[in-house]
Amino acid sequence: MKKFLITLLFAPFLAFAAGAELHLDRAPDKSGDMAALQNGAKIFVNYCLNCHSASYMRYNRLEDIGLNDAQIKDNLLFAAEKYGELMKIAMQRAEAKVWFGVAPPDLTIIARARASEFGSGPDWLYTYLRTFYRDESRPTGWNNMVFANVGMPHVLWELQGDQVMGEDHKLKLVKPGKLKPQEFDAVVGDLVAYLKYMGEPVAEFRKRLGVIVLIFLAVLFVFAYALKREYWKDIH
Amino acid sequence: MSCDDKVDCGRRRLLVATAAVGGVAGVAVAVPFVASMLPSERAKAAGAPVEVDISRLAPGEMMTVEWRGKPVWIINRTKEQLEALPKIDGQLADPKSEKNMQPEYARNETRSIKPAILVAIGICTHLGCSPTEKFQTGAESGIAADWPGGFFCPCHGSTFDLAGRVYKNKPAPDNLEIPPYMYLGDAKLVIGEDKKA
Amino acid sequence: MSKVNALLQGTLNWVDERFPLTSNWKAHLAEYYAPKNFNFWYYFGSLAMLVLVLQIVTGIVLTMHFKPDASLNASGVPVAFASVEYIMRDVPWGWLIRYMHSTGASAFFVVVYLHMFRGMLYGSYRKPRELIWIFGMVIFLLLMAEAFFGYLLPWGQMSFWGAQVIVNMFSAIPLIGPDLSLWLRGDYVVGDATLNRFFAFHVIAVPLVLLGLVAAHIIALHEVGSNNPDGIEIKKKKDANGIPLDGIPFHPYYSVKDVVGVVVFLMVFSIVVFFMPEVGGYVLEHNNFFPADPLVTPPHIAPLWYFTPYYSILRAVTYPLFGIEAKFWGVVAMGAATLIFALLPWLDRSPVKSIRYRGPLYKGFLTAFIVSFIILGYLGMLPPTPVRAIVAQICAVIYFAFFLLMPIYSSLDKCQPEPDRVTSK
Repeated sequence: MKKFLITLLFAPFLAFAAGAELHLDRAPDKSGDMAALQNGAKIFVNYCLNCHSASYMRYNRLEDIGLNDAQIKDNLLFAAEKYGELMKIAMQRAEAKVWFGVAPPDLTIIARARASEFGSGPDWLYTYLRTFYRDESRPTGWNNMVFANVGMPHVLWELQGDQVMGEDHKLKLVKPGKLKPQEFDAVVGDLVAYLKYMGEPVAEFRKRLGVIVLIFLAVLFVFAYALKREYWKDIH
Repeated sequence: MSCDDKVDCGRRRLLVATAAVGGVAGVAVAVPFVASMLPSERAKAAGAPVEVDISRLAPGEMMTVEWRGKPVWIINRTKEQLEALPKIDGQLADPKSEKNMQPEYARNETRSIKPAILVAIGICTHLGCSPTEKFQTGAESGIAADWPGGFFCPCHGSTFDLAGRVYKNKPAPDNLEIPPYMYLGDAKLVIGEDKKA
Repeated sequence: MSKVNALLQGTLNWVDERFPLTSNWKAHLAEYYAPKNFNFWYYFGSLAMLVLVLQIVTGIVLTMHFKPDASLNASGVPVAFASVEYIMRDVPWGWLIRYMHSTGASAFFVVVYLHMFRGMLYGSYRKPRELIWIFGMVIFLLLMAEAFFGYLLPWGQMSFWGAQVIVNMFSAIPLIGPDLSLWLRGDYVVGDATLNRFFAFHVIAVPLVLLGLVAAHIIALHEVGSNNPDGIEIKKKKDANGIPLDGIPFHPYYSVKDVVGVVVFLMVFSIVVFFMPEVGGYVLEHNNFFPADPLVTPPHIAPLWYFTPYYSILRAVTYPLFGIEAKFWGVVAMGAATLIFALLPWLDRSPVKSIRYRGPLYKGFLTAFIVSFIILGYLGMLPPTPVRAIVAQICAVIYFAFFLLMPIYSSLDKCQPEPDRVTSK
């Protein structure tokens, strides 16, 4: 009976017919690096925030990553008039659908949405942005190893250069871009770190507060338990 | 009520101590819930200061802008209108603006930073209607033969002068509110923000 | 000092002459005698009440800011979905209240499952406590409904498609099915009408009924008195004053003990809320961070972890019967799996209540039941495959066998004699 039960316990692991297996690179962790996050914000506003909105994110929230209101207004406030506004874009979704086939999704919480059993959201984004390759059969001329037949062109092509898919199913850089591969990876790392921050700006504060809450609860536990023991001395 | 038995004292002290720590926890937990009802970032952004360009506001003209959902009047008063202001002090309820309806820099005869430009919230201090402009002087205004120009509230008949000061014996108790504001150069106002902020 | 005392006493007397305040205080707290041997498994009732209060209080604040509107805003995002992000970013402390509510929902089921398990361990559903158990079962069903209605509200991909799948499930019922689904949805497909009515159910209709049932549950308990880990009736041995020898007043002994339970619970709860609110996608599913899109079906639709055992049973039925499709029988099996708990008071024929004095048959069946339940839960999170389907079917059979064979094995079992007085093993 016992053996039967144990076999039952492990039976599920036998048939692990997976969906499309994805191998994802690990995104570098730059959560505390203000310079990286600021650079990422700059790249995001310059390259992404014309087709993609970030319609839940306010410009003035960027003070979290060490920017002051003058810096935000001067360098980042293209698509809005006021510093307290949301990062919306002018392009209408209906038009976008016609132009691109599918409306480019809002990116505010993309880093949370793209998490899966294959890796975290930032891992997905970091791999996605670095594995575009030339594919003449696609309308944009580009395809992607993480998101097959994606409707998005390789927006960062000038920085990375052109990659092609070899016979061995691996990517090869055939035309270099403005940045060397390591530099490009660092830039994408910054952008992805910014996307992770933008997905939940309160994350760092939340963890710091959690430490304080747990310490306080530990103190409360000591008192509560002592009180319980004191009262229960009566009971035999 | 004093504790004399040894066990009882210890128990009471522990109970009070635990209740105190628990009380702190209770207050700490209450803070986020109560604070969540404060204006959100969206409300604060919508209530942000408004910039106004007054370069094209000629003397004698008035423009209206919206700030925090309220109408704000900006009037470029003529020399005659400004000279008429001290003459009617006797007919007003608060001619020297002693009540707190304006920032310090507007506690003067013209109730403004620069004499000619009045910035006032266009809401009657009685029950909140928006008065209509009555710049036409004299009997033709339909108010009085010696009417020097100002505002008339249609709801209950209160009248205000061209500095937003309320007349005596009217339903409205106070002068029109002057919002915080400041100049960004000669022809630009920012309403909702002032130099000391 | 005594003047204040006199004033307080006077006020209390005034109230007592008009309202049963002191008498209820005595009957339900200060002079409600509970067995003195409550153990770890007895924390979960009071914890369930705590989580209920937590959900209501956080829910009220969320309702101040959430907008149950499926239409698209100017940025092409559904208003309901955007309002949740508004709460997370723009409302002061909104993020904390949202995480408390989402964690609280899962915590509710952890606590309630453990609370039910206590009942199974110690025979708390046995006579004269059958009605407490039945109230509890209705509470359990309503809790599942409450979670189901609530999960649609954020209007993410999983919210939408989960609701779509489950409401379509009702269409499997012969004759009335499709009309029933249409009535539930208020539209031909899950949409704005559905979102608004689920909001009404989730915010007021079900909570009101839940509160009433919880009150009934506790009143029924206090009418007969609590069971205990030894499964013996403490009221059988009373002292000269009519107080059970093994009883202690709930207040202050269990009030002070439950406070400790609350603090430990809050520590675990806080670890989740502050350090891992998504719990790897088990509490806040990753795909739910995409707004609902009726035109894009996710590759993998699964309910939240607390529904997965029942979802597994639903999917396990793959054969049609009597000319009716398997889909319908799956619904029947799932319903039966939830409702069959209610029959326990009458299925259990053992002369003893507590597992401490039962024989090997019951212990074996209970272990098999728990293992099957866990496996079913795990399988429910994964896409179905032929091998998984067979495992699910085997586990479903074991699950039902625990209940259906109980009249036989509980009477055949070799039990030990129950003690006279409670023990603290």
